[in-house]
Amino acid sequence: MAEAEVICQEPEVDFTLIDRIIRDDYNGNREAMVMMMQAIQRHYHFLPEPALHYLAQAISVPLTKIYEVATFYASFSLVPKGKHILHVCTGTACHLKGSGGMVKHVAGKLGIAPGGTTADMKFTLETVNCLGACAVSPVVVFNEKYHPKATVGLLNELIDQVNAE
Amino acid sequence: MNTATSAAAVLPEVKRLASGQELEQLRQALIDRTDLNAPRILVCCGTGCKAVGSLDLLETMRNAVAASGAAIKVVPEVKRTGCHGFCSRGPLLTLQPEGLFYQRVKPEDAEEIVKQTVIGGELVKRLLYKPQGAKEAIPKVGDIPFFAKQTKLVLKRVGRIDPFDINDALVHGAYKALNKVLTEMTPDQVIEEIKSSKLRGRGGAGFPTGLKWESCARQPGRHYVICNGDEGDPGAFMDASVMEGDPHAVLEGMAIAAYSMGSDRGLLYVRMEYPLAVQTLTRAIRQAEELGLIGDNILGTGFKFKVSVSTGAGAFVCGESSALMSSLEGKVGRPRPKYIRSTEKGFRDSPSNLNNVETYANVPEIILRGGAWYTGYGTERSAGTKVFSLTGNVHNVGLVEVPMGTSLREIVYGIGGGIPNKKELKAVQTGGPSGGCIPIPKKFLDINVGFGKLAEIGSMMGSGGMIVMDENICMVEVSRYFINFLVEESCGQCTPCREGLTRMKDILTRLTLGEGRAGDVELLEEIGNFTNSFSLCGLGTSAANPVLSTIKYFREEYDAHILDKKCPAGVCKPLYYYEIDPEKCTGCGLCRLKCPAKAIAGEKKQPHTIDQELCIKCMECYKNCKFDSIKIM
Repeated sequence: MAEAEVICQEPEVDFTLIDRIIRDDYNGNREAMVMMMQAIQRHYHFLPEPALHYLAQAISVPLTKIYEVATFYASFSLVPKGKHILHVCTGTACHLKGSGGMVKHVAGKLGIAPGGTTADMKFTLETVNCLGACAVSPVVVFNEKYHPKATVGLLNELIDQVNAE
Repeated sequence: MNTATSAAAVLPEVKRLASGQELEQLRQALIDRTDLNAPRILVCCGTGCKAVGSLDLLETMRNAVAASGAAIKVVPEVKRTGCHGFCSRGPLLTLQPEGLFYQRVKPEDAEEIVKQTVIGGELVKRLLYKPQGAKEAIPKVGDIPFFAKQTKLVLKRVGRIDPFDINDALVHGAYKALNKVLTEMTPDQVIEEIKSSKLRGRGGAGFPTGLKWESCARQPGRHYVICNGDEGDPGAFMDASVMEGDPHAVLEGMAIAAYSMGSDRGLLYVRMEYPLAVQTLTRAIRQAEELGLIGDNILGTGFKFKVSVSTGAGAFVCGESSALMSSLEGKVGRPRPKYIRSTEKGFRDSPSNLNNVETYANVPEIILRGGAWYTGYGTERSAGTKVFSLTGNVHNVGLVEVPMGTSLREIVYGIGGGIPNKKELKAVQTGGPSGGCIPIPKKFLDINVGFGKLAEIGSMMGSGGMIVMDENICMVEVSRYFINFLVEESCGQCTPCREGLTRMKDILTRLTLGEGRAGDVELLEEIGNFTNSFSLCGLGTSAANPVLSTIKYFREEYDAHILDKKCPAGVCKPLYYYEIDPEKCTGCGLCRLKCPAKAIAGEKKQPHTIDQELCIKCMECYKNCKFDSIKIM
């Protein structure tokens, strides 16, 4: 898959930070594992393997369990994300207004599958099941900024702008 | 901001409230200092309006008011509120006490609103709401059909109060019901009151809430009260709006439930896609804790109730109760067989009561006004009101609360304002991915929404998503969409759901590519019935509904795909193409400008043509043509 083509640029993992998340924020409570992983992901935009090894040790949970959780929930990623993240909402309202076509268009333009990252680590294309902003569908979120009533033309603009930089 | 801080100084210093009396004293002090007739500017900051820039509007509005401070007699308070409901007209702004309603307000308009309306007392006409086809604008909220035809019980405070300020919620009656149950009612009386209200779970299954509370209360051991805010149905945002707009209603409902079953621990499970709801709830919990309305020794009665918020991690199946509890325990969310109910062994294998956001939000008002009052709304089998998120091809997209038993006609045409662009209404999809498509024009426009009725015709009410579809929606493609969604979200532990959905997806995808074969429909029906009969959890046993209901009501569309290799709605790309009708084309050039593929050519004022080789069928030309000249062939 596209994931294999990614040139992995694993960041240095700051174990002090991981430890702070585990012990200070969540008291080392195993039940908060999903939340801890979310906090780690918020920081690195994916789950770095060394951080998960550390987590497994710290809360005495087998790494396989952590891997199970990381692959079960759609929001976790085990591979690094690109610098610019494009979320296309594919909830029902957005789908009816053509978001499926937009996903295909961007995927074709960037040469990646949904969920994938371009080889130069510039873009990640994600789909999301409804952001609750159905009134202004179709919605895309580019680098956390909402673009209501998005069109293929707008997506071209957003991508071309970054590429021109 | 200024007005709020200066007014707060008048209040006696607020500590933890030690009794119900102190709560009422505080409430009275807050009401006394709040002039309900004082001018106020309410800016909607729900998710829909935020997406179109209402936070910028809030900021510029505050600045504009501050800048012209000297010119205004009574400085209005600029308040951020939750969702007003009329999302398609956002960003929205209401001026109180007159109830003036401005829509599609841009930050640039703030100064003009202050000058013309706040100071001058004149309307800014271009910001007023004008219904489709009407000549006259309607200046007041109360006169706009979209609002006037609704009955707001759950959404009573949503859009009126500042969700980040517990004082504002207290002024509008929050925690009155909690005070009542703690000081005047026994746990059994609370359960009896909820039973007599005939309140049924709003998450989709419709289980009687009072009975659930009773069976949980009877179990020995530590009890947990859990709120399901994992609103995973795509196209539904009712619960989000309640959590974002009136978080205290949810907390109060949970606390009352906890009291009725002797629980001291509550958990809220919220989708991570709703960051605003997580913020409002977390803030609300902290503020309620500071006042002693949540936490230890609530209102000095010895009742103890702690609440925390957990976020999901993007799994639709976690909306299922046993999967949700498993996810709360930090594990993967897989449903388990239900021969042991969650009310006996749920979260941490202890008795757990799980209700939906809207269910809890209904509770305080029932306690205050009595179960009999509640049954005055709705129908015999479905009491009360229901919030729907009305989306899709309808003029007024937004949040709608109506009594149960309201007809689809009233919702889609009366409140929704009908179908845009002179299109025909084709179907209404209810119940999310596990619901069904109801063909409207044929016979069901006057069906009443409620728990029983929709199930009879092969759909379900679900949690309240209502998606209106016009003639340009392909039913085969819609069922492919929902099945594809469910394939992605199926947890995969039981075979009928995992394999059945995958097979159905393969077949439906073939149909949309024009590779359908005779017998495909029968095969879909067979697999669908099997999946619905033998899956493990509620999601699996309703997973085939989108396919079965569309086959039942739109069989001719399936046949067109299979036999004629045509997509009559113009959605399945290999099965149609666009053509410009030279008779109708005026050569205005709009489609040529809008086409991202540069597939349209033509001289000005001459009929244009589409290069089929270049066309990516993105629908831009079709959507933008004002002369109806683009044809689906």
